Parts: sequence; C-alpha cells; structure tokens
Amino acid sequence: MASSTVFLSERSGPWSPRFGQFTPQIRAFLRNPAGVAGLSLLLLMLLTALIAPLLYPGDPLDMVARPLLRPGQDLRFPLGTDSLGRDVVAGLAHGARISLLIGFSAVSISLLIGTLIGTVAGYFGGWLDDLLVHLTELFQTLPTFLFVIVLVTIGKPSVMLITLSIGVASWPTIARLARAEFRSLRESDFVMAARSLGYSNSRIIFREILPNALPPIIVTTSVMVATAILNESALSFLGLGDPNVVSWGSMIGAGREMLRTAWYLTAFPGAMIVLAVLSLNLLGDALNDALNPRLRELS
Amino acid sequence: MSTLARVRATLWRTALQAVPTVFGIVILVFFLLQLVPGDAVDVLAGESGGISEEGLAMLRASFGLDQPVLVQLLAYLDHLAHFSLGYSPRYNTPVMDLILSRLPGSIVLMLLSQIIAIAVGIALGAIMAAWAGRWPDRLLSLAALLLYSTPGFWVGLMALVVCSVWLGWLPSGGDVTIGADLRGWAWLKDFAAHAVLPVTALAGFFVAIYARLVRASMLEISRQDFVRTAHAKGLAPFVVTVRHVLRCALVPLSTVAGMHLGTLLGGAVVIETVFSWPGLGRLALEAVMARDYAVLLGILLLSSLTVIVANLLVDLLHAWLDPRIQTR
Repeated sequence: MASSTVFLSERSGPWSPRFGQFTPQIRAFLRNPAGVAGLSLLLLMLLTALIAPLLYPGDPLDMVARPLLRPGQDLRFPLGTDSLGRDVVAGLAHGARISLLIGFSAVSISLLIGTLIGTVAGYFGGWLDDLLVHLTELFQTLPTFLFVIVLVTIGKPSVMLITLSIGVASWPTIARLARAEFRSLRESDFVMAARSLGYSNSRIIFREILPNALPPIIVTTSVMVATAILNESALSFLGLGDPNVVSWGSMIGAGREMLRTAWYLTAFPGAMIVLAVLSLNLLGDALNDALNPRLRELS
Repeated sequence: MSTLARVRATLWRTALQAVPTVFGIVILVFFLLQLVPGDAVDVLAGESGGISEEGLAMLRASFGLDQPVLVQLLAYLDHLAHFSLGYSPRYNTPVMDLILSRLPGSIVLMLLSQIIAIAVGIALGAIMAAWAGRWPDRLLSLAALLLYSTPGFWVGLMALVVCSVWLGWLPSGGDVTIGADLRGWAWLKDFAAHAVLPVTALAGFFVAIYARLVRASMLEISRQDFVRTAHAKGLAPFVVTVRHVLRCALVPLSTVAGMHLGTLLGGAVVIETVFSWPGLGRLALEAVMARDYAVLLGILLLSSLTVIVANLLVDLLHAWLDPRIQTR
C-alpha cells in the first residue's frame, strides 16, 4: 500500500507536503467525532493562549483584589483570587500559553533529536546502529522525570531551560519509532527501486522513506505533547518551574497550601491540564485510526 | 537447548548488558552534574551560615569534593567495584543505608500500584475488546482516555480533599501515624490506610495505559489465524478469549509494564511529595536540591538496574506466554 502511494506521488514532483496523498485519511479523521472534538478543544486552548494578553493585560502574577475571594463572590473575578490576591481566571488563561508553548517546543526538540538518531540508526545499520541503540537504551533506563529534574537544576529555571530539559529527556521514544520505521521501509520495493535509479542516500531518506515513516511519528507526537505538558505541570508543581511566569502546575503547587480551605484553587488549574491533555490524546487516537487503515476496519 | 541452559544464557547476557549500562549512566550523570552550579558544601554552608573559608575547604576535602572531576569519578567507580555507593555529605551516612531506609516504601508503592493497575487494566481492556465499538467499549474508552489525561498528582490532591478533608476516612500523608507505637495487625491496618491514596493516585494513570493497550492488542490478535482455528475446533468463545487471545495480549502488556516498573522505583517523585510518602523519589528530589550527588547517582543506578532486571523477567515471561517467542 505504501509503495503505491509513493509511486503515485512521485509523478506529482518533489516533496511538497503532498496533502492529496492524505485525502482519504483526512476524511476518515473528520468522520470521527472524538477526533473532531479533540481538535476543536485544542484550537480553543490555542485561541485562549493567543488572546490571553488581550483579555487579561498586565502580569497575572500581580495582586489585583482581596486575597482568597471565593468563586462567584465578586463577578469581576469569576473564579475568585488566590492567597496573594491574584485573579485565578487570568492565571488559567496565561497558563495555557506556557503549557502549550513548552509542550509543543519540547516535542519539536525531541522530534529533531529522535528522528535524526532513529533515521541514522535504522537506515545505515551496522555498528552505528548498535551504538545508537545502546545510547537510546541508556537514556531509556533513566527515570525520565528524575532526569528532567537534574537537567532543570543546571541553570536558573526558565521557560527555555525547562523546554530543553523535557525535550532532551524524551527523545528516545521518537528515536525507537523512527528506527523501526526506517528499518522496515529500507527493505521495501519502492526504496529498492529508488536505489536502482541511483538516488543518493539523502534523497532516499528525505524524499522516499521519511514521508512514509511520518504517520506513526505524527500520532506519537500528539501523545508526546500531552506528556510534555504533564511533565511541565509536575515540575512547576514541585516549585522547579520558571518563577516569573504563571503555569497551571505552579498554581496547583500554590493552591496545595490551602487545600483544606480553598480546594478550588487546586481544582481549576488541574481541570485545565486535563482538558489540554485530553484534547491532544483525543487527537492522537483519531489520527491513529485515520492513518492506520488496518485499525480503521477494526473499530 | 534445554530450558535451564537457555535461562542461564539469558541471565549471562543480561549481566553482560548491565555492566556497560551502569558505566554509561555513571559517566553520563557524573559529567552532567558537573554542569550544575554549586556543590553539597555550598548548600550546607548556605543553610547553617557563618562557616569560614577554611572550614568550607576542610569540608570539601573531607568529602573529596576538592579533587579534579576525573579523580572523583574514578573514586566513585572504585566504590562501586567494592559494592559501595559512597557517602552522603548531606545526611552524613553511607548512601546504601539511606537508600535501604527508603527502599521498602518505594517497593510497596511500586508493586501495589502496578499489581492493581495490571489487574484492573486487563479486566477493563478485555471488556472493551469484547464489546468493541458498542456502548460499554465507548464509555470505558472515554473513561480510560480521561484517566490517561489526568495528572496523577492532581488526582491525588483531589482524592485527598474528598477522602481525607471532607469525609475524614483516610490520613492525609506519611506512611504510619506518627507517635502511635503500633505492632502487628494494628500497624498493618494503619499502614494500609496511609497507602490507599498514594497507591490509587499512582495506579490510575497506569490502569488507563494498560486497559488501552490490552484492548488494542486483543482486537489485533483476535483476527489472527490461530484464533480462527480455535473457534473452528469448537472452543467456547470465552475460552478462546481468555486462553488464546488474552494470553497473547499479555506479551505487549508485560513489555510496557516492565518498562514502567523500573522507572517507578525512583520516578514517583510527585506522588511521594503530595502524600509525604517516604520513598526514593522524594529522596532523589531532596538530593538534587542539596547537591548531594552520591545519593542521586545511587538512586539512578538502582532504578536502572531494576529496569534491566524487569526486562529480563519480561523476556522469560514472554517465552512462557507465547511459545513462538524464543528466549534470545
């Protein structure tokens, strides 16, 4: 199946992201209510993140009202204020920026490292493969979250450093996946054909194999963004986040101090995390069903 | 090859694999930690205050922190070769003793949460696969996805609010009631009451992972030829599901469970923090904060070894579950 799509698309010229190739998959995705719900929820989150500075100008870490207003007590602050008099709604909106920013950028870094290592290992094989597989296994035996904590303590906690740390700690998943795809596709007929035409390694890797190896990587990406968001929230919860920005995790961390009296300070940011992560997981599941026709028949 | 010889070969292969992994981790983490600003003595000095420069230098010398990095690394490897994990400047104790004091808490948390997660995950996954596409499947799939998307520490905090603050059923932290000198049965009851919330909070996420995995594998396997054969020879559907489909679905499940088992030993940092549970994860976090690298390295090594041993057990389990798989 894979080879026929590539030969068809080969006629349509060099690798422009050939969306025509994916039309049936897009249709399958749009027929899946869970996937559409996930995508809408994610877009809503992105919109919140984008317009947060317009809706709530000013630093969400500033004191704006009496501390510990209950939700609904003062309609200017519908979800109340925390122990330092900060507007909870403004914090939630600004938190979306940080969570999504760190989630997506960290995964871009993992994608870059992971795809590079997986590609080289899977395509070239031999001693290089052995070496890279051992390296990947080494990183995978370390508990990811502890590793992130160690990386974060290297510098002053900042959004940049946290992004880098989460990205560096989570590339092995992508590397293993890319390697497996490249190993199986390397032996396929269309790659043989490309070889016999005398194409260079780089052309075979980037134009022939990579587009065909992408579907499983795309599916994993959305789940990994979800995991990155969870990791970021756990880091900020422990107080290892960037102290200059508001994040859902740090709101939970601060709310935990008043868990007995003001449980909602912990509940709201947690619910936001659940919504963001749920949207990405719904999206990932739907993409998986759409891009994996064998499973599409099953369910 | 006889089974015994095969098992022995697998054990030998694992031992050979473990040595370079341990080396790799020690070297990687050691150099990484050199990038972290400050050392254990700085933190000690910052906390107690008023230590003179000479005092600091003496402290550093006594812990070997004044030596060049390579000398420190060699000294650490020398300790390892003598089955010692070094000495903690922070706690003024051998690292091994520190780790052993926290190990039971971590093992209880890890094993209980995994056993519960695997049992519940298999049950839910099998139900989902049996009703694939119909309402029990859709409902449970959504529930599993919701659980999969929820941070464990937040589930823990919310459970704390409900069960401990509102209802007063369960204690809110620690592993035993402080000051109550309990023995035997009473101690076990007290311990169990403390363990319920952390174990549940930790298990929730894994229930979701395992249920989704079991469902997907069972659907995939149920289309294979040997399942059709089993149906064709007249086996009852329930027997086919349990003895043939589920058995094969346990192969991917055990792979994933084995992977998580090891990392959980030191990786349950957040849950342990939420419930003040005395485990290795919290010790690791404290060690990072105190720049007490001997302790951190010890915990990382221990959890890596657990991952390797868990993988070995999973390999052996696979050979038993699926006769087509040979122990390598």
